Amino acid sequence: MLSFIGRRLLQAMFVLLIISFVSFMIQDKMGDPVRQMVGLSVTLEQREALQQELGLNDPMLIQYGRFLGRAIQGDLGTSYYYKEPTIDVIASRLPATLELSFAALVLVVLLAIPLGVFAAIHPKNILSRAVLLFSTLGLSVPIFIVAVFLMYFFAIEWGLLPSFGRGETTSVFGLWQSGLFNRDGLQHLLLPSLSLAFVLTPIFIRLIRAEMMDVLQSDYIRYAWAKGISAPRIYFIHALKNTMLPVITVGGIQLGTLVAYTILTESIFQWPGMGLLFMDAVTRVDVPLISTYLIFVGVIFVVTNTLVDVVYSLVNPRVRIPGYS
Amino acid sequence: MSLLSINGLSVKFKQRHEDLVALHNVSLSLERGERLAIVGESGAGKSLLGYAIVNLLMKPGFIAEGSIKLDDRELTRLSSKQWQEIRGKKIAMIFQDPMVTLNPVLSVGDQMVEAIRSHTRINYNDAKKLAIEKLAHVRIAAPAQRFDQYPHELSGGMRQRVIIAIALLLAPEIIIADEPTTALDVTIQAEILQLLKQICADNGVALILITHDFGVVSRIAERTLVMYAGRIVEQGPTLEIINDPQHPYTQGLLNALPQMALPGQRLNQIQGNMPPLNDQPRGCAFHPRCPYAEDKCRIQPPDFIFSGVSTVACYAIEDMLQAFEPLSEEDADD
Repeated sequence: MLSFIGRRLLQAMFVLLIISFVSFMIQDKMGDPVRQMVGLSVTLEQREALQQELGLNDPMLIQYGRFLGRAIQGDLGTSYYYKEPTIDVIASRLPATLELSFAALVLVVLLAIPLGVFAAIHPKNILSRAVLLFSTLGLSVPIFIVAVFLMYFFAIEWGLLPSFGRGETTSVFGLWQSGLFNRDGLQHLLLPSLSLAFVLTPIFIRLIRAEMMDVLQSDYIRYAWAKGISAPRIYFIHALKNTMLPVITVGGIQLGTLVAYTILTESIFQWPGMGLLFMDAVTRVDVPLISTYLIFVGVIFVVTNTLVDVVYSLVNPRVRIPGYS
Repeated sequence: MSLLSINGLSVKFKQRHEDLVALHNVSLSLERGERLAIVGESGAGKSLLGYAIVNLLMKPGFIAEGSIKLDDRELTRLSSKQWQEIRGKKIAMIFQDPMVTLNPVLSVGDQMVEAIRSHTRINYNDAKKLAIEKLAHVRIAAPAQRFDQYPHELSGGMRQRVIIAIALLLAPEIIIADEPTTALDVTIQAEILQLLKQICADNGVALILITHDFGVVSRIAERTLVMYAGRIVEQGPTLEIINDPQHPYTQGLLNALPQMALPGQRLNQIQGNMPPLNDQPRGCAFHPRCPYAEDKCRIQPPDFIFSGVSTVACYAIEDMLQAFEPLSEEDADD
């Protein structure tokens, strides 16, 4: 297990190095920092002196080294707009986004597994066909339409749920502003997480259904029937465990989609998370914030994919991590 | 009363227009503790028969006609709940390929304990003890360690032993083994067969061995049943069928064994192929490949008769017996 984590850390570091380079290039090449700092009312000589002083005339690799050195110390620059370290700005928005993604994920799991399994066991049932039709719909309708529709009916027509913002939050250990512990926060969470779930669930329903139908044809399932095992145990232990292997892998990959959709969802519902922050940063050309966001997303990717690998190895004994058992 | 008796069993595959018939009017009986072999080419319907007995036909297959009785209890009309009680407990199965029979994500122990606990009220520790006992019974070394291992950690032969151990867990009355050694190494084959035979003999379990290998049959089964194109064509005591096969198909099969050919000669074979399900010949199903086929073989399928050696469905045998009959009557007159 330790050597596995060590190897994963090395890989993660390599990935992050590449991301940091891209991020540096963005900071370096997008716009002119000197102009951002002093505007246009400065002479060319002063401008060049400042460039020299800031090290902007040094070779790119040296500049990158400096960037990396600062990054390791937790300094990824200062946001032009907030006049605060970008890391702090993003960290203050992290809880909102994580809670939204988590809520969406819970909904996806709660919807996709039962529906996918049902559709696989009873492929000809009318309900299965309805589920499949619904999933095609979910796959083809973009999230901003879903979100606007949900908002229109639940918030405007029926006035059941709030349409924007995060509502009330409570502080957890003074570190985390959470909306999960009060009614108002949960109500605000419902529509955005539902929109996200609506577009993410279909692919999992389809995947689980197709994979499970395959698994149900396999010899070991037939053998389980021949042993006189009960149907629920065959479906939910014997078949589902095997079905989940590719689903876990795809789940890890779908994380990218989730990040992308979170940006859109947060913009529509004015959810004060990282995605909304990123959109604002782009419109304000807040370059340090943009590049920090990229690094953050990279970290999230690396961490989650490592978690996915660990979960996969727990479900599938054939890829037990060496030295761990 | 036989332990298992099958009467006029027909299995069909559901099709849009006309259902395809895969098993034609199959009847057989199995006594307590008897070892019966079902032999035939691929596609003869032997595995299908095995699966039909435990009602595990894959869709669109279904039992169209006939009865299957276990201890005089009709099985074809059981509910799925009642079937669940029979499978594994009364009739256990051993599949062909041990590499894909065990669930890869569940440990050997899990798969054994669940089989026990699906049929009897017993706590986990007692079930585990029984499972380890059976693993030792099939001569698996270090059974307590194997119990915690996963299928991929065991060799093919070892897995088939585990599957035999699982079959024994609930002291079934019948074990149906569908080509249990086909997927194994030749050196392991003999061991597994010997084990299977001994275990059935020791525990008084009846065995239905499905195979295409007469070599296997001769070592294990007391009685043999030969199938062709979804029909039984000959059945009788194994030794006699091997020494004096009656049906031209059985003769062909035995003649095709490699040891029957002379060194340096081409191996013998039965000309032609088994007819596909949607293009069955009229009359005797074997007539297009039969060296003795006559006109009547092409019109009406033959009935079973006792040849003196085995029960066989063939006009040639019928004719031969009839040719002898007047002679025996004359003998009687004298």
